[in-house]
Amino acid sequence: MPDQIIKGRSIVRNEWQLLRLAEGQEAASAEVPAGKVIVPLAVWEAQRETLAVRGDIGVWLASDQRPEVLKEDLQRFPVIAVDFPKFTDGRGYSIAFNLRMRLGYKGELRAIGDVLRDQLFQMQRVGFDAYDTRPDRSIEDALKGLTVFSETYQASVDNRIPLFRRHQRGTPAEHNDAGAGI
Amino acid sequence: MYQYDQYDHLIVQERIAQYRDQVRRRLAGELTEEEFLPLRLQNGLYMQRHAYMLRIAVPYGLLSSKQMRMFAHIARKYDRGYGHFTTRQNIQFNWIELEQTPDILADLASVEMHANQTSGNCIRNVTSDEYAGVAADEIIDPRPYAEVLRQWSTFHPEFLALPRKFKVAINGALEDRAAIAVHDIGLTVVKNEAGEIGFKVMVGGGMGRTPILGSVIREFLPREHLLTYTEAIMRVYNQYGRRDNKYKARIKILLKALGVEEFARQVEEEWADLKGTEQTLTLEEMERLVAYFQPHAYETLPNIDVAAAHADNRAFANWLKRNVKPHKVPGYAAVVLSLKKTGVPPGDATAQQMDFMADLADRYSFSELRVTHEQNIVLADVEQSKLFALWTEIKAQGLATPNIGLLTDIICCPGGDFCSLANAKSIPIAAAIAERFDHIDYLHDIGDIELNISGCINACGHHHVGSIGVLGVDKDGSEWYQVSIGGSQGNNSAIGKIIGPSFSAQQMPEVIGRLLQVYVRERTPDERFVDTAQRLGIGPFKDFVYATPIAEAGRLVGEDEYA
Repeated sequence: MPDQIIKGRSIVRNEWQLLRLAEGQEAASAEVPAGKVIVPLAVWEAQRETLAVRGDIGVWLASDQRPEVLKEDLQRFPVIAVDFPKFTDGRGYSIAFNLRMRLGYKGELRAIGDVLRDQLFQMQRVGFDAYDTRPDRSIEDALKGLTVFSETYQASVDNRIPLFRRHQRGTPAEHNDAGAGI
Repeated sequence: MYQYDQYDHLIVQERIAQYRDQVRRRLAGELTEEEFLPLRLQNGLYMQRHAYMLRIAVPYGLLSSKQMRMFAHIARKYDRGYGHFTTRQNIQFNWIELEQTPDILADLASVEMHANQTSGNCIRNVTSDEYAGVAADEIIDPRPYAEVLRQWSTFHPEFLALPRKFKVAINGALEDRAAIAVHDIGLTVVKNEAGEIGFKVMVGGGMGRTPILGSVIREFLPREHLLTYTEAIMRVYNQYGRRDNKYKARIKILLKALGVEEFARQVEEEWADLKGTEQTLTLEEMERLVAYFQPHAYETLPNIDVAAAHADNRAFANWLKRNVKPHKVPGYAAVVLSLKKTGVPPGDATAQQMDFMADLADRYSFSELRVTHEQNIVLADVEQSKLFALWTEIKAQGLATPNIGLLTDIICCPGGDFCSLANAKSIPIAAAIAERFDHIDYLHDIGDIELNISGCINACGHHHVGSIGVLGVDKDGSEWYQVSIGGSQGNNSAIGKIIGPSFSAQQMPEVIGRLLQVYVRERTPDERFVDTAQRLGIGPFKDFVYATPIAEAGRLVGEDEYA
């Protein structure tokens, strides 16, 4: 089976190679292969000079890294990935939110690591648009995770207008001839 | 009270469909138990000692009679005929089958209820004052804001996998009846000099193994910024709260590590980019929600001296004194239905009692009820002229125990009889103490006292803020109880101090007896136990309790009843 990811709401071929450093491997001396590569933040920082001339470099952030450190370079990356070391680690959601909302990142934002079907709806809401889902699970099933809810209460990256501004909402029965609720 | 509109219905229905499919996948082996765990917890489903336990949200403690009847239905159809009201103003059912949980959620949705985020590492059910809307000392009814927070926090995409659980309480009155100082975020409604409504924001309170009172990080937050400011707090916590140790993962630990000023600075920095965005509340939205919590259609009635009219009936007088609370509308009173009858686990109600309470609400209190964080039920709008009739009815159902605020109005977690986290039992301790002191004159003489019992360090029984707090601990495989005194909730919140080495279950009634003896000896006129304890410190109590050995009474009442 080819290496696939979810992009937008489709399953597509994964064109990017993900570089993870082995234990003890130095960021400065790690070899970055040719072609499209998503490198760890540390590698980007250590090898910025040589990597910056390439147009096929993306970067990934660990869940304890601050997206602000990429501020100057942000728009040069066609892809930024955020790692979920465990599906219960929710830091990546806030990192994504800030990458999109505070820093205005416009490129592909990819969730990597322990990415499972039941996280995709939230991930999409905070600004992810690509999902490298866990390879031991069906990617077709995971796709269903994107369409769980058709309405949401609060604003996020996907919809900056909260429900209370988006729609004329119900009012109590005595204030509304049509009656409240269903 | 709030009523769902089409969007609330839609979201809750889609949630049920999502959860139903998650249960299906779990049963089909497509989800491991490890993967299913956070999903079911977000639906209030725990695996307990004997079976699954389902915790249902009662937003800010407010219930309609129809909703209460649904609890009775769930108790009968899916459980063993009773439910347990909790210190988080929720209800729990202890004997639930996993396969049936989606159907229970569907039943709940039919009365505009759910079990969303009653557990798990997310923003939990927002709690509030059980007398909201009727309290004379209220500045502004906090419930519309609690509802705003409920909706905003429901499935908030960014805050469903926080470092730990997150609890928010909101109080709208001068007196804090929502225990805001022991919540992750405690909000108090305030008006500034210009008459504008806002919130004093307290962060980092909590009990558990590191009991800390919250710190004020903002004296006045204009109300329209409630959501953006809360979001800023949550984002700082989500990113920088500890995740390496679950016992150090609450926001209070982050706040302590950073210091209040630095934490507040980071929140303000995060907020700077959110302030004024579309998430800012609109006046229209606030007015829409406030309209759901308008005062009921009260009659114009005079205040009646009910006590004088029935001065010859001592039992009724006791009940009036303890279980009936003032109301801001003349001619009305708020009534507490005691779920603390001796011999019954605190907070438990049978299906029959639930149906009965729903019926009472219909006939006496505009079809509404409230769940208190002391695990009782309130009928908030009873005409004073009907108090005697009401009392006569509830006496027969075991709901008229005149003990609200007294020694036997015990806050108690389910403990080792049910909870898999517990180190020790708590219900039999409560039962033994209640039985030993089941003498109404003595209880009334002791007066206001909060006896809070937790079966483990997680402190669901709020032992840290009890006038007397009892904590079950495990020592070499047997159950022991550590005692603290001087804790308090409300405006003068305080964490109790441990008096010394722990006791066996059998010794506990006598320990309480000795503490009370010191109190009775040392108190000044009208001084409450907690005030005496705080004035004297633990010294005299400790000296007396440990002065002579305490005999071990026989087997405790209720012990092993649930084994």
